[in-house]
Amino acid sequence: MSVAIRLPPLTPADPNEVLRPAKAWFVAATLVGALAANLVPLPPAALVLRPDFLALVILYWCIQAPRHVGVGVAWMMGLTMDVGDATLLGQHALAYAFLAYAAEYFRRRVLRFPLWQQAAQVAVLLALCAALVLLVRFVGGAPLPRWSYFVPALVGALLWPPLSVLLQLPQRPLRSSTTL
Amino acid sequence: MATLPAETPDFFHRGPSPATRLVFVGLLSILLLFLDTRYRYLEQLREVVAVVLHPVQRAAALPGEAMAEVAGYFASKRELERENEALRARLAEVGVVAQGAGTTRAENERLRALLDLRSRHGGEAHAVQVLYKGRDPFSQKLVVDKGRDDGIAAGTAVVDADGVVGQVTRVYPHMAEVTLVTDKDHVIPVTIERSGSRAVMTGSGAGRAPELRFIPPTADVRVGDLLVTSGLDGTYPPGLAVAKVAAVDRDTGQIFAQIALQPLAGVDRSNQLLVLGPVAELPPRPEEPQPADADRKGGKAKARRGG
Repeated sequence: MSVAIRLPPLTPADPNEVLRPAKAWFVAATLVGALAANLVPLPPAALVLRPDFLALVILYWCIQAPRHVGVGVAWMMGLTMDVGDATLLGQHALAYAFLAYAAEYFRRRVLRFPLWQQAAQVAVLLALCAALVLLVRFVGGAPLPRWSYFVPALVGALLWPPLSVLLQLPQRPLRSSTTL
Repeated sequence: MATLPAETPDFFHRGPSPATRLVFVGLLSILLLFLDTRYRYLEQLREVVAVVLHPVQRAAALPGEAMAEVAGYFASKRELERENEALRARLAEVGVVAQGAGTTRAENERLRALLDLRSRHGGEAHAVQVLYKGRDPFSQKLVVDKGRDDGIAAGTAVVDADGVVGQVTRVYPHMAEVTLVTDKDHVIPVTIERSGSRAVMTGSGAGRAPELRFIPPTADVRVGDLLVTSGLDGTYPPGLAVAKVAAVDRDTGQIFAQIALQPLAGVDRSNQLLVLGPVAELPPRPEEPQPADADRKGGKAKARRGG
């Protein structure tokens, strides 16, 4: 009897598929990875498009693994991002905490939608997040940015489907087929 | 009959609800934002986070460095030859200028010594590499790869080969933040080289040209005028090129002319920068002379008290 183990296919999980709980180390590693991705030096033109990877990953884990990542973790990550990005201390922290809170309401129903519809909802959340930062900075006396300010939120939403598939890969049960 | 407990027992206790947490961290964030905008109490907190963050930042810079290395390895011989030739021509060109500059400097130094003037700029400088540019659309900042442990001090000027890039505004042990001349809150006192008149250049934020503010429409400013640092601030050494006048709009209906500038340095492009040493301190501001009548009043009061 031979047991062949096949890796799960690179397709989104069926809503009825039971995923294994995410490992804490995997969650932590992806968060740090997203933080590093946010700090990669890029030419100014690409900077306009660059999505906030950390916000996406935080949102994903708040939905999928709320026991590991919640408002508190999101806030701490935001504070780290504030230092890395040389912004006002608390700017990203506030935005990410809001994102984690929104995910709390979001997560019970969002996984029932197909990925592209999830992406549309993610776009709204990310744009709200950006608007919150804008409000904070506007109160602080910053001028209004141009419309391209909201482009990263859109790009982030477009990245949601591939990111979901990648991040849920380790949680999907390995399918073993037994042949005699 | 056994009675059930009035409340369901708390089987899955998970601390305060997300709403409570959000309100708590939200208030904390607003407090931090307020403190960070108005005061400088949070530098130590920033520093602790920065030390933790440092390895991640280094790791993030790695792919770019590796790419540059690979690209350099595959640079063709012909390209190198062409570059070599261009550099040699440039060297000859610069050499002539340098000879002239050498004699001028020697002469200048003699004259300064005669006048017993201290040379303002210490002459030390650190070459730094840009790690990344901040993503924040509201401010124009760079993070560079050297910090306090390498001898970089906050408040020093940062230049590239063409002119002033900005100023070090925050130092960490192993890196430093540079605020660019295009940042909305950045101001440099400059001199218009042609006319010698003083002015102040103010940044306008991302994608907008810096401007000279508070210049009357009748002032002698022309398109193409070179602006150099005046050194009046005690931050920038005098004589560094900063910007060129790109456009002058003299609307007589306005109190001031609108003067748009083009920074000379590769503010968005340069990756190799030079952090200049701190400028020698300016002599202290002379004390305000006491107004004579206040003195007299004081004297009278004293006399009255004495009597």
